[in-house]
Formats: sequence, C-alpha cells, structure tokens
Amino acid sequence: MSARIAFLLAAAGSVALAPVLAGQETAPRGKAVYDKWCAGCHGDTGDGMGEAADYMLPRPRDFTRALYQIRTTASGELPTDRDIRRMVDDGMPGTAMPGWKTRLSEQERDDVVAYLKTFSRFFEGGAAPAMVDFGKAPSGSAEGLAEGEATYRKLECFKCHGDAGRGDGTSAPTMTDDWDQPIRPADLTENWHFNGGGSVEEIYRRLRTGLDGTPMPSYSDALASNIVTDEQLWRVAQYVRSLSPERTPQVREVIRAERVEAALPAGPGDSAWVAVERFYVPLVGQIIVKPRWFAPAVDGVWVQAVHDGERLAIRLSWSDPSVSPDPAWQEWLERLGQAMTDADGPPAAAQGPDRITVQFPLALPEGLERPYFLGGDVKLPVYQWRWTSMPDTVLEGTATGLGRFVALAGAPAVTHSARFDRGQWQVQLTRALAAPEGALGFVTGRAIPMAFSAAEGSSGEDEFRGSVSAWYAIYLDVPTPRRAFVLPIIATLLTAGAGVTIVVRAQRGRQAAPHQPEGHS
Amino acid sequence: MRKLLYAAAFLAMACGGGDKGAAGGGEAAGGAAASGPMGSGSITGTVSFTGTAPANPVIDMSEEKACADKYQGQPTDPVVVVANGGLANTFVYVKSGLPAGATYSAPATAVVLDQQGCLYTPRVLGAMAGQNIEIKNSDPLLHNIKAVPTVNRGFNISQPQAGMTSTRSFSQPEVMIPLECSVHGWMHASVAVMSHPFFAVSAGNGTFTISGLPAGTYEVEAWHEKLGTKTMSVTVAEGAAAAADFSFGS
Repeated sequence: MSARIAFLLAAAGSVALAPVLAGQETAPRGKAVYDKWCAGCHGDTGDGMGEAADYMLPRPRDFTRALYQIRTTASGELPTDRDIRRMVDDGMPGTAMPGWKTRLSEQERDDVVAYLKTFSRFFEGGAAPAMVDFGKAPSGSAEGLAEGEATYRKLECFKCHGDAGRGDGTSAPTMTDDWDQPIRPADLTENWHFNGGGSVEEIYRRLRTGLDGTPMPSYSDALASNIVTDEQLWRVAQYVRSLSPERTPQVREVIRAERVEAALPAGPGDSAWVAVERFYVPLVGQIIVKPRWFAPAVDGVWVQAVHDGERLAIRLSWSDPSVSPDPAWQEWLERLGQAMTDADGPPAAAQGPDRITVQFPLALPEGLERPYFLGGDVKLPVYQWRWTSMPDTVLEGTATGLGRFVALAGAPAVTHSARFDRGQWQVQLTRALAAPEGALGFVTGRAIPMAFSAAEGSSGEDEFRGSVSAWYAIYLDVPTPRRAFVLPIIATLLTAGAGVTIVVRAQRGRQAAPHQPEGHS
Repeated sequence: MRKLLYAAAFLAMACGGGDKGAAGGGEAAGGAAASGPMGSGSITGTVSFTGTAPANPVIDMSEEKACADKYQGQPTDPVVVVANGGLANTFVYVKSGLPAGATYSAPATAVVLDQQGCLYTPRVLGAMAGQNIEIKNSDPLLHNIKAVPTVNRGFNISQPQAGMTSTRSFSQPEVMIPLECSVHGWMHASVAVMSHPFFAVSAGNGTFTISGLPAGTYEVEAWHEKLGTKTMSVTVAEGAAAAADFSFGS
C-alpha cells in the first residue's frame, strides 16, 4: 500500500502536492509577517483576540474556525488560497481591515496566506475546494432592473436589508454573527463599503456563496430548486448595484450652495432637491475625547445646499436604521453594550434620539486657522445647529468643546424640517444669511468652514459617542456670472500650461541622465 | 493517516479510473464500510421534570402574519416542554461503551427537519455522520437555515419559498450542532451527529427507546438544550430492555 502511494505521489508529481509542500516552506515566513502586521488585531494564535480587537466591531476574524466571508466556494466550504489572498490584498472595506497590497510584497502576502491556514485544522488534508461556476452577467436594462427589484422582493431580501436597501429590515436588530457579536446587514446604498467588492459580479457572487460567519445565506440552493433563475439572481445583483451611486462618491472639500432664483425648497422631501448637486461627507467614530466610540453607526452624510441671496437651505440625508428611540432596537443596544466594553465603557443603556449637528466657526476666520473640529475651544468657539429626532427640534448655539454647548438666547434663527424615509433621515435646515445676535453671518463668494457630527440613538450614541467629520467648507455662489465663467477657464489654462512645462522638463531631465535604470521610477 | 487517505483519494481521482483501488484501500474512503455489531437489547425509560417548569419565552411574530396566524394567542418558544411530568425534546444517546473499533454505516433514508409556523419541527433531532438531513420550508416566506458547528463545516442556505427542500449532511460526530434562522432570531433547533444508531429523542410524554443494542454496559447521556446533561451507566442484556430514567428539575 505505502509503496503504491509513494508511486502515485511520484506519478502525480508536483501538481497535487505543490500546495502542501509550499505551505511547509512559506508558512514559517508568513509567521514573521503575521506577527508583525496582523497579530495586533487577529491575535498571536489567530483567534481574533488581538490587543485592538475590543475596539472593533465587526471583530477581527478568528482564523481557527476557517470561516471566511468572501469566497468563490459554496456556503460552508473552505476558501481557496486566492480568496484569502484577495481579502489580504483588498481588505474588507466595511471593517477595520485595510488592504495590504501596497505595504506587503506579493511574496509576503502569499506567505501570510499559507500561515493563516495553519491556524485551523480544517485546512489539514490539503485538497483544494471547488470554485462555484458563476457564469456571466446578462447585459443590463431598465426591464432588468425592474425584474431585479421584483426578485429582491420575492426573495425577501428586504427582511434584513430593508425596503430601500439601507440595512433597516425588520430582522436587522436581531442579527448576530457566528461569534454572537452584533452585526448590521449591509447598507446596499453604499457599495463602496461592501466587504467583497461593489460590482455586479461581486454582488452576484455573494448571493451564490453567502457570507460565511454572518447571517447572509447562499441562494445557490434556491437556484438549484428553480425558485429563482440564474438570470433573476443576476438581476438582483444589478438592482442592488443600482441602489448605490454610479461612481463611488469623491470627497470634495467645498460644498457648493447654488444660488437659485426660484423659492427655496419647502422641506427635505421637496422635489426641487432632486436637481441639486449632492456632496458626500464621510464620518468616522469620535475617538479623541473620552468617552470615545469605536463602532459608529453613521458613516457618512449627503449634503446639498442652495441659497436665494436672502436665506440658505441645507439638506442633510444619511442612512439610519430606526427612528430612535425604538423598542425594537433595545436588545440590539444591549448586545452592542456587551460587545463594546473597551477602555471607555459601553454606550448608554437607554436609547437617545438620533442626532445631526452642523457646525461653523463662530466668526469667519481671517487666515487659515479654524476652530478645533470637535466643538471648538475657548479661544475659537463654534456656532452649531443641533438637530434631534426626539423631540424633533433644532437647537442653535455656540460651543467651546464637546459637551460645552450654550444655546443662543431667544428663538432660534434656524428652522428645520425632518422626515424619515425607509432607513434614511432627511433634514432640511434653513436660516437667513444675515447674522442673528451672537452668531455667524453667511457671506457669498467665500469658503466658510463647516463640519458635521451624527449619532444613532438606538445604538446608544450621544454627543460624545457618535461620528464626526473633519472641517469642510460651504461656498455660497455669488450672483455675478461673468467672472464665474471666465476665472475657471483662466485657471484651467494656467494649470495646463504649468503641467506641460513640468512634463517637458522632466523628460529633458531623464534624457540628461541616461544611466538611470528603466522601470524603477 | 487521514491526511494520507485524502491524498490517496485525491490522487486516485486525479489519475483516473485505473487507480481506483488506491482509494478503496482505506475503510472510510470507499464509503462502503461494514456496519458494526447490532443486538437485540434496548434501553427504555422516561425523562422527567420535577418542580415548576420555567415559562417559555413569548415570541413576537407580528412581522410574519403567515406564521402568527397559525397560533391561537401569542406563540411561545417551546424550550422546555413538560406534559404530566415528562420532558420532551431530550436527546438520549449512548455516549460510550460500544465495542472498540465498531463503525456503523449511515442509513440511506434522510432525517427530515421542517420549518413550520416559524418554528423548527422537530426541535431536537439526531442523524448519523454522513446521513442526509432533508431541510424543508413549509412556510410561505423566507427562512434561512444556518448550521453553526465547531467540529463539522457549517452552511447557511436561503429558502425563500414554501415547499423548498435542501439536503445536507455532516461528516463528523458532534453533539450538538445549533441550527438557526437569521431572519427569525427566535428559531433554534439542535442536531446531534452520531457515529452509531443508538440514540433517541424523548417524546411529548418524556419516553424514549434505544433499540438494537448488543449486550454491554454503556454510558448513556440525556441532553437538554436548556437544562443541561445527565449521564448514567446502563447495563443491557441481550434480548432485554434495560430501564434508564432521567430526571431534570427546576
């Protein structure tokens, strides 16, 4: 028997055993890479309990169970080496896991994949798991999208992901992962945060393979049972893709408030807003002032603005799974509290309101200096509009730091209107350009610093535990069209001219240095 | 050794039909292993519950009318089911004592797990390693069935329509594997995967029978999802029924 096996091993040669043998060499090298770059989160033994793990939600992957979300293999099957490499290369965009393509060499990334596999006995045996045959996407069309939406409903994707795909389905508050940690269904309107990539093909793959370790199941059995056709599944993928912007929103420093001749929109649901440009402002957890918060629920806000020369209207919209406080989310909050027991303690046990705050300097800065972005300080205070969902009200005042807010005397000059639509808050804030007593006046034709913060009350978030942005700026259009048209053209010409000069000089420089090796620039 | 068998099986596949004998050489790899010793003894008894049974949690099914309509009043999660002192849904099995090296082949018939009224039926079930488990959705709505084992590999299957069935099996013995539905967080079932056929689930009145046992002394365990486990030693004589009564209490 053993002679026969030896013969077979020799006959099959390097093909079958190459991965096993390669693992024997590469895994020890991978350990060095892992210990240096990965163990801080994933732990020395690969159990996902590194020093930083308590500060993260979702938690770092526990490699001992060999459960990988993003695979090309069927639900419950092991990932291929290439699948793991992809996660190392590109990271997991919805989580703290960064991509390592730029920091680690290809060899190092291969080595670390080999080492990761040594953490789980499931990889013993060595046989490569079978890839699912994903086929090809049918070409997209309006009818296709309609069918995709119908199939999204038929397959009841909305139970978790919500009617409009914002992760606010009725089952959303009950979700846990395989480690009993709270987990949110993906917000399908933000495909740049999808763990396995946001393209139609990648979404389709998630439908076929599921995301192991999470509540997301595989629809391959439903396909095999003819409950859904392959084309319909592709249509779902196309429909889901269509819920996000065509392109990942680019972060732009300056938010333009267009000057309109017509009346300002009457509220956040006014159809006039549809035509107004949207600016995306990413938000991150407030991790500077204690108590810090490492599991922010709101990761970005869309900002639109218009003015009519008299008043400024700003519309803010952001995904939020509930109108807080909401009893359906109480258990979620309890689980979240148990999960987030980092140095600064768990969030509040009781739900607060949802919040959004818009902040400006109290006085227009002379130079480049802006107030401290977290609510200003004594030297440079800020002027804030603070909206809460319960009560549905907006406070106007000044602040000299987080938790140091003083409302302006008298009735607020800013008015608001808020609506909640299928997992999204939409709040319009309107104020006269002229300064009320003790506040900032808005001027046209200059960038006025502006920053945002948000809190999701059902997740126990409040003024401190929430998410914040850096400083951005709002620019109110000046009603003088001529200069506005000419200046950009001049700027473009100047930039192009400078660019050409630089390129020409660089090329000359290279010719003058013939010994410089090719391909290392 | 297992590694070697896998390698051999893999190579046999890679090298084509002529070398099939290599895979057949191991007793497990061929899947045609001889079934272990059976007998005519049995273990029979009652699982009882003394004291006041804990109240079962109420389920809010208001979001699933199709399920809620099947219940009169508010449905509850049947975690602890006691009738006349008998405790249902206890998994009773031979934990040890079978002849060393005895292996048993899985029956060809499948074990059925149904999803009905947004609950699992049965709630506790046993299957042999390699035996098919047929998972059925009798509700006109989306369930996903998710297995969360530690010894075996799990799965997470979507069943968006009534009448859909999926078939899965587990290759390694494991007590217990939780099954759950992520859409309906209250749905829980437990499946025990056994290396032999000597197991039973207590009926509504708490009774159970494990038959076909060869004579011997066995460690028998009773497992309940909330109340924990009890074990006892039971001696079985050929052709006779040995009594084994388990008692759980509040």
